[in-house]
Amino acid sequence: MKQNYINYVLITLAMIVATLFTRFLPFLFFPSGKKTPKYVTYLSNTLPYAAIGLLVVYCLRGISFIARPYGLPELLSIGVIALLHVWKGNSLLSIGAGTVFYMVLIQTLFC
Amino acid sequence: MKKQYKRMEALQYAFPKTVPVMAGYLVLGAAFGILMRVNGFGIMWALLWSIFVYAGSLQYLGISFFTAAVNPWYALFMSVMLNARHLFYGLSMLDRLKGAGRFKPYLIFSLTDETFSVLCNEEVPDHLPEDWVYFFISLLDQLYWVAGTLLGAAAGSMLRFDTAGMDFALTALFTVIFIDQWKARKNRRAALTGVFSSVVCVLIFGKDVFIIPAMVMILSVITIGYQKTKDKEVPI
Repeated sequence: MKQNYINYVLITLAMIVATLFTRFLPFLFFPSGKKTPKYVTYLSNTLPYAAIGLLVVYCLRGISFIARPYGLPELLSIGVIALLHVWKGNSLLSIGAGTVFYMVLIQTLFC
Repeated sequence: MKKQYKRMEALQYAFPKTVPVMAGYLVLGAAFGILMRVNGFGIMWALLWSIFVYAGSLQYLGISFFTAAVNPWYALFMSVMLNARHLFYGLSMLDRLKGAGRFKPYLIFSLTDETFSVLCNEEVPDHLPEDWVYFFISLLDQLYWVAGTLLGAAAGSMLRFDTAGMDFALTALFTVIFIDQWKARKNRRAALTGVFSSVVCVLIFGKDVFIIPAMVMILSVITIGYQKTKDKEVPI
């Protein structure tokens, strides 16, 4: 039991260290006092756009187009969000309505 | 007096920005708390992780570290791999966090997927203190996560309301930010690069390990783009 407990503490420390490492590394490499290389500035201007694209795909990575429900709840909901957002441009409305729409879909039609 | 007033204003401005994250984090945090309990790990562990690790997907993976009682070095390696995408966020935020002053360490520590997505698209109005707005957004997000964890670990089994699908709020949040960036016509090519590379890598490498290859591909494509613009700038 005690052995286990020590292992739990060490695993927790490993998770903390790994997270701190990945979050702080870029800032340690390019401290704000020093001149940031041009290439890195270019990266920091373009990466946010690519990273959001990556995140959208990351959220949808689990859906399957060859098995029921063929990703339909996700795709339909994203369609609703996109339409609402282009039309009204209100983030909270688009996110709220899109989420409720998705919940209704998977709890009724696609359950 | 004046300063405090500004802070209140910053909080009032920050709060609505975090509402989508609140929906997602309460649900995902509660799900995490429930899973910890179901697997026999007390509320203290769940709380400890949500405060000091504060990385959603890693905390889910961490449950399997505990149940399998893995070697801590293995846990370290896997955690770095899973968290590698944070390197992107850091690189993206280098400029934005330059003026963050004393909040900077906390803002870096708390840069989750969701907080990043809100901050990277944030244009704080001039009359508000930017550092406080960033700080409140980050802090509120973590409070939601911790509150969700507590709720799940303490009262998860008593929940009567069907929350299935509520975590879609986060997908919705990212989608909306993507559309906002798209509408602003800035860097559409980079946005497409992100989506395209990720989809290709999911298809080739599978959903569990696609992130790192996708990051490499995104970096390569963007670097090629940089080389091209650089060549153009050089006078003949």
